[in-house]
Amino acid sequence: MRRLSILSAFIIVLFTLPALADALLSQASGRYRIDAAKSRIGFSVAQVGGGGISGVFGEFTGRFEINGRDISRSKVEISIAPASVATGQPRVENFLRGKAVLDAVRNPEVIFRSSKVTRTGPQSAVIEGLLSARGRQKPALFNVELVKRAGRRIVFRVTGDIRRAPYDMQVGYPIYSNIVKFEMTLIGRRI
Amino acid sequence: MAVMLRNTETGYGLVAILFHWTIAALFAGQVTLGLVMTGLADEEPEKFGLYQWHKSFGLLILLLALVRLTWRLINWAPDLPAGMPVWEQRAARLAHVFLYAAIVLVPVTGWAFVSSSPLGIPTFAFYLVVVPHLPVPVSEAAEAVLQRVHTSLALISAVVAVLHVGAALRHHFVRKDAVLRRMIVPARRRCGD
Ligand code: HEM
Ligand code: HEM
Repeated sequence: MRRLSILSAFIIVLFTLPALADALLSQASGRYRIDAAKSRIGFSVAQVGGGGISGVFGEFTGRFEINGRDISRSKVEISIAPASVATGQPRVENFLRGKAVLDAVRNPEVIFRSSKVTRTGPQSAVIEGLLSARGRQKPALFNVELVKRAGRRIVFRVTGDIRRAPYDMQVGYPIYSNIVKFEMTLIGRRI
Repeated sequence: MAVMLRNTETGYGLVAILFHWTIAALFAGQVTLGLVMTGLADEEPEKFGLYQWHKSFGLLILLLALVRLTWRLINWAPDLPAGMPVWEQRAARLAHVFLYAAIVLVPVTGWAFVSSSPLGIPTFAFYLVVVPHLPVPVSEAAEAVLQRVHTSLALISAVVAVLHVGAALRHHFVRKDAVLRRMIVPARRRCGD
């Protein structure tokens, strides 16, 4: 009898978990502004033989909207200043800002706009959209994971691989990988 | 009348000749490439790739030079033409020693220079082999010094090579001796040798 009740409790929990997650999400429903001071947009490009270049973009703004009832209707838009790239090595930074790569003077914004959000688990989703950089606009995909939610704050970990070639930024390939790995911690504040 | 691979007392063998002209052509190309690529603005998308080719061909020259030097150490050079003034003989020998040193030291200093750079840009020779960095101090200061050493040595060597070419042409057209010809036509084994 006892074993049966443990089992049934377990089954009940199992079935209610998604509902619980949904409940959490519907609480998260709303509009947010990205807190740039506390968020981090990191990237890395691997190089042949090991190691590579890694750094952050220090200046960006963004907002997102979580639709608690229908997560697929959530939206995000983020704008990054390519001139704010920081790697700890001024010569590398100037090169990345320069005409051969980000061409920051003529293209002062890198923009991502989501077009589709697909939930992949209780705390995770895939976001598809358009990433425009250096005067070109290409589809991009990021994985998002909810890290925590506390009060008016919500924390996501976002990762994604962007290929350089479609933006005509493949300078240094194949010594430096075609793929720029993004790793971000985005902290939203409800507005 | 078989073609000699080794040098004889009067002429260069086929191996020395092939080494000489292969390295001479690569060296001339390398100096030109060095000057062209450093003249490009950092913004030029081709610049990065040209540096990789410069490093690749430079290391190829080093490799060939080391084999050539080994070959040279087990092969005497042919005698200089009789009747050449002593100072000319000395100048010729000095120039040859210098050029041998150059085809080793110019690439070695180039390699040390890129190895000392805090940028740590890999050398991916001919997009085939990752060449490790030399164990030299890594700093902006070390890089600045080694860059100057590499480029000055390269340019001085280019000047010596031009003088060397001038001397070879003078031998051929003014002196009308066999010096240039014997660096083109390999020595032959005479019947009965
Ligand atoms: C025989 C072989 C070589 C020759 C004749 C040569 C010659 C030159 C010349 C003429 C320059 C331009 C100098 C100037 O700034 O005016 C140059 C620059 C340079 N060389 Fe070489 N080089 C050789 C091998 C190498 C090797 C093996 C490496 C590295 C592995 C190398 C790395 C460089 C680099 C990075 C520069 C650019 C310097 C700068 O940006 O100012 N070189 N070389
Ligand atoms: C058009 C260009 C060149 C011409 C016409 C030329 C001509 C010659 C000739 C005629 C000799 C034979 C000298 C003798 O018989 O004692 C010679 C030897 C030599 N050359 Fe050149 N050369 C040229 C370019 C170069 C370059 C660019 C280098 C080096 C980077 C070079 C390095 C040497 C060396 C090291 C020797 C001595 C070979 C030995 O005795 O083992 N030459 N060259």
